[in-house]
Amino acid sequence: MRTLDCEKVVEATSRLCREANYVLEPDVVAALEGARQEEVSPTGKDVLGQLLENARIAVREEIPLCQDTGIAVVFVEVGQDLRIVGGSLEEAVVRGVREGYEQGYLRKSVVADPLNRVNTGDNSPPVIHWRLVPGDRLKISVMPKGAGSENMSALKMLKPAEGLDGVKRFILETVSSAGPNPCPPLVVGVGLGGTMEKAALLAKEALLRPLGTRNPVAELAELEENLRVFLNELGIGPMGLGGRVTVLAVHLSTYPTHIAMLPVAVNLNCHAVRHKTAVL
Amino acid sequence: MSDPRRITLPLTDELVAELRAGDRVRLSGTLLTARDAAHKKLVALIEQGVPLPVDLNGQVVYYVGPSPARPGRVIGACGPTTAGRLDSYTPALLAQGLKGMIGKGFRSPEVITALKEYRAVYFGAVGGAGALLSRCVQAARVVAYPELGPEAVHELIVVDFPAVVINDIHGGDLYREGRRQYAVNK
Repeated sequence: MRTLDCEKVVEATSRLCREANYVLEPDVVAALEGARQEEVSPTGKDVLGQLLENARIAVREEIPLCQDTGIAVVFVEVGQDLRIVGGSLEEAVVRGVREGYEQGYLRKSVVADPLNRVNTGDNSPPVIHWRLVPGDRLKISVMPKGAGSENMSALKMLKPAEGLDGVKRFILETVSSAGPNPCPPLVVGVGLGGTMEKAALLAKEALLRPLGTRNPVAELAELEENLRVFLNELGIGPMGLGGRVTVLAVHLSTYPTHIAMLPVAVNLNCHAVRHKTAVL
Repeated sequence: MSDPRRITLPLTDELVAELRAGDRVRLSGTLLTARDAAHKKLVALIEQGVPLPVDLNGQVVYYVGPSPARPGRVIGACGPTTAGRLDSYTPALLAQGLKGMIGKGFRSPEVITALKEYRAVYFGAVGGAGALLSRCVQAARVVAYPELGPEAVHELIVVDFPAVVINDIHGGDLYREGRRQYAVNK
């Protein structure tokens, strides 16, 4: 059985927090460049140009892409043949977030209580999602999630009779009413099926998928493309100033559900769709 | 596309009257920063009739909570935050002479009406362009509520800060007009 020291997890998590905030992923840069070519609105083109320039400055100067460096959402896949030594794995992830936000000059935006709202001062705790998988590796993905886009996300328990039309209508309503607020062009994560919390998690996980890739199921891939075209007809455009590129991509994930349910979750992400992954 | 209009702050009534939704501008001069907690404190003072710690007359408030500055730097990333959260406080600040706001996202109908009444303007900056916008900031200092940390009221000296007029005093609304112009199924 392979062993992994907790300190390695702390280091990796800390580094991922910093890099996710400074470095726009190559697939996202490519998508924004493509969007700038495609955009017909001069103001929209100007906005996309500013975003690409912003990315160049951020990586060069190690300054966050956005001042809202988010609450850290951390996905951890633990190989079942891996033994963690030197402490608690969960504590290691939490410590990694604290160190990453402190050392990286990242904004601490987490409050300890949703009603009393006192800042924890170190951006902990993160929101952690665990998955046990075959093998002896540990995979960590850090997704700093800012409030601008997260606040515009939505979930609805549809009736099965509402079917695909109901799903499309809900996605359209969510993106349309969000308008400029979530910093378009967006990546739209859609979770369909499961239960209430499963749909929300599917939608968030869908945001991790590289831009330009499609759902492996052909008809779902086609649905993603149809939704992308359909949403871009809204005219919201970059930063909501009008234009043809409102979404960079729609990523859809499904899961079996109950005969009487059709949960749909729409998790919006801004143009930066920040995330960074490491395998230990 | 025409060149952006260069504007020196503070704003005057005459200048505000000339601005139209969709105008691109570059702002230079002094901005005040304020977010949710600072707005709450300012409005509480106004309601009590107590003088404010900052003079809002002719000023522009930038809705921003910067990331921490690295040593030797003036400021961290400093892009606009969602303006709609401040809507309930805004008319009271406009009544104190505030002439402009910079943020991103929708304003409420009450704010849009108050802009006309008090002759003020709402600018949008590019959300998420925090690194780029930090380069327009030449100086930053806390002028009120240091206990609020990133939410303290700062005075920023900016040069050529890029923004777009979203809501003007003539009823123009770039979010509505821009979307209508580019929507395929109207």
